[in-house]
Amino acid sequence: MTTIATTNGRMTGMKDVVIDCHLKQVFYGQFLAVRDSDVPIEKGKITGFIGPSGCGKSTVLRSLNRMNDLIQGFRFEGHVHFHGQDVYARDVDPVVLRRYIGMVFQQPNPFQMSIFDNVAFGLKLNRYRGHVADRVEQALTRAALWDEVKDKLKNNGLSLSGGQQQRLCIARAIATEPSVLLMDEPCSALDPIATRRVEELMVQLKQKYTIAIVTHNMQQAMRVADTTAFFSVEMSKGGRTGYLVEMGPTQQVFENPQEKLTKDYISGQFS
Amino acid sequence: MSTVQHPVIEAMGVARQQVPDLHRSSWEPRALRNSLLTTGAWVAAILASVPLFSVLYMLIMRGGSRLTWEALVDLPPAGFEMGGGFGNAIVGTVVMVGLAALIAVPTGIVGAVSLAELGPRSKLAEAVRFAAKTLTGLPSILAGVFAYASVVLLTGTYSAPAGALALSVLMLPTVILTAEEAMKMVPRITKDAAYGMGCTRSQVIWKVVLPTALPGILTGVMLAVARAAGETAPLLFTALFSSYWLIDGVRIKLMQPTASLAVLIYNFSGMPFENQIELAWAASLVLVILVLFINVLSRLIGRRRV
Repeated sequence: MTTIATTNGRMTGMKDVVIDCHLKQVFYGQFLAVRDSDVPIEKGKITGFIGPSGCGKSTVLRSLNRMNDLIQGFRFEGHVHFHGQDVYARDVDPVVLRRYIGMVFQQPNPFQMSIFDNVAFGLKLNRYRGHVADRVEQALTRAALWDEVKDKLKNNGLSLSGGQQQRLCIARAIATEPSVLLMDEPCSALDPIATRRVEELMVQLKQKYTIAIVTHNMQQAMRVADTTAFFSVEMSKGGRTGYLVEMGPTQQVFENPQEKLTKDYISGQFS
Repeated sequence: MSTVQHPVIEAMGVARQQVPDLHRSSWEPRALRNSLLTTGAWVAAILASVPLFSVLYMLIMRGGSRLTWEALVDLPPAGFEMGGGFGNAIVGTVVMVGLAALIAVPTGIVGAVSLAELGPRSKLAEAVRFAAKTLTGLPSILAGVFAYASVVLLTGTYSAPAGALALSVLMLPTVILTAEEAMKMVPRITKDAAYGMGCTRSQVIWKVVLPTALPGILTGVMLAVARAAGETAPLLFTALFSSYWLIDGVRIKLMQPTASLAVLIYNFSGMPFENQIELAWAASLVLVILVLFINVLSRLIGRRRV
């Protein structure tokens, strides 16, 4: 655990960090869900969060754009710096923050409206004055969905297949050009072929967007992530509390982990 | 020959040697009970629809012959007069139900928003939900008493707005409860998507929750409208009845006793004149067709998803 601070300290000092998360404690009511995790998200890279169930990786991800504010009893202690501002400062509006930090969820969740309107949703929300149709096409093209839907933009978004729906959700998220894209297990409801497409998409997208992704699938982290953060979970007074064990370049974390916990998890050995 | 054994056959062991008999034997107790219960279910289903179809049959037989264009557009006849119709009652019913919907639908939907989205477990929400559930069982004549006390006594006249208020009291709980249910059906993940896009709470409600729940909400509205259209008791001493048009030339005169199909049926069916009784049958047929039409419409809207 002592290595966390040193590893992170070095990284933040050298790299271009968009979101600098210094999480001390996160509570749901009385229950301590996550503790002591410093997670810097680097610009233009894919940061993967891995770890066993209940280790708090989703909680950390959803703390970055304050999605957890919607959960009753959620309390965050620490700081999350986004372009130098603390997003948990009292005068920060989480609604505005979420327009800069987009999100893709575990279950594909298009709105009950046409494909076009789904992608145009964020543009209309932000009163975009330019040519909406161009931006919609651009977003769908970047999400590798344009060719499949260009003839049926008026169809309901929910009429697409699961993999297409997820790419539609990605298009919806990137249409407003957020600087960071948070992805919470975006492939867990998809089949291997759709998963592969979304993964290729992420690698293409990182040229324009910074991506943080939670995944249960270690192979996926190895395939797409530049940096990997490994979380673990331990018993505490209020129940199971997650924390960051190790974070570093993906290759290092997988081939030469510094912590025994990481090594055991990656090699499939659990105590 | 094959080394791979089918797991089921393997488990059955004994049956492996001979081919099992798969023919249906209808007199086996198990099969017998099955066909008995199936028949019973069908009989019950048919019995349940007997009242509707017998009423429809009777209305078409007795009222069908009188259902002429004249009946639809003329004013009600006086005592020994022949001919006539119930045009003003159709207009009255449509106007009063429309006014009632104007009161009950916005109130009900906004109320449902607060129940479903703003504070589902707050004390106020619990109280409102309890009140709405109680109101659904309210004897409709009491809604009439309420409108009589609050509008008729105050304005000094029986009127269409008084009738509409009574009907809206009956519609309100249906609208609130079905709209709340429809909004609760909107998946959590859909709302999360909207919040994740940077929607404020009201934007989530207006742009995502309400449009997604719309078919369900409309179904509730239609059911409430259909119920209100057929109500007699709440109108008896609020709108009363009238033998004249609600519309005088180009002006709509609302503050006067107003005819409605339900009250016309009630009045005419008790009269000793053949002509009026025939008209009551025809009016019943029109009312049933109207209610049936609204119900079918609500089914169509409710089904239209994805």
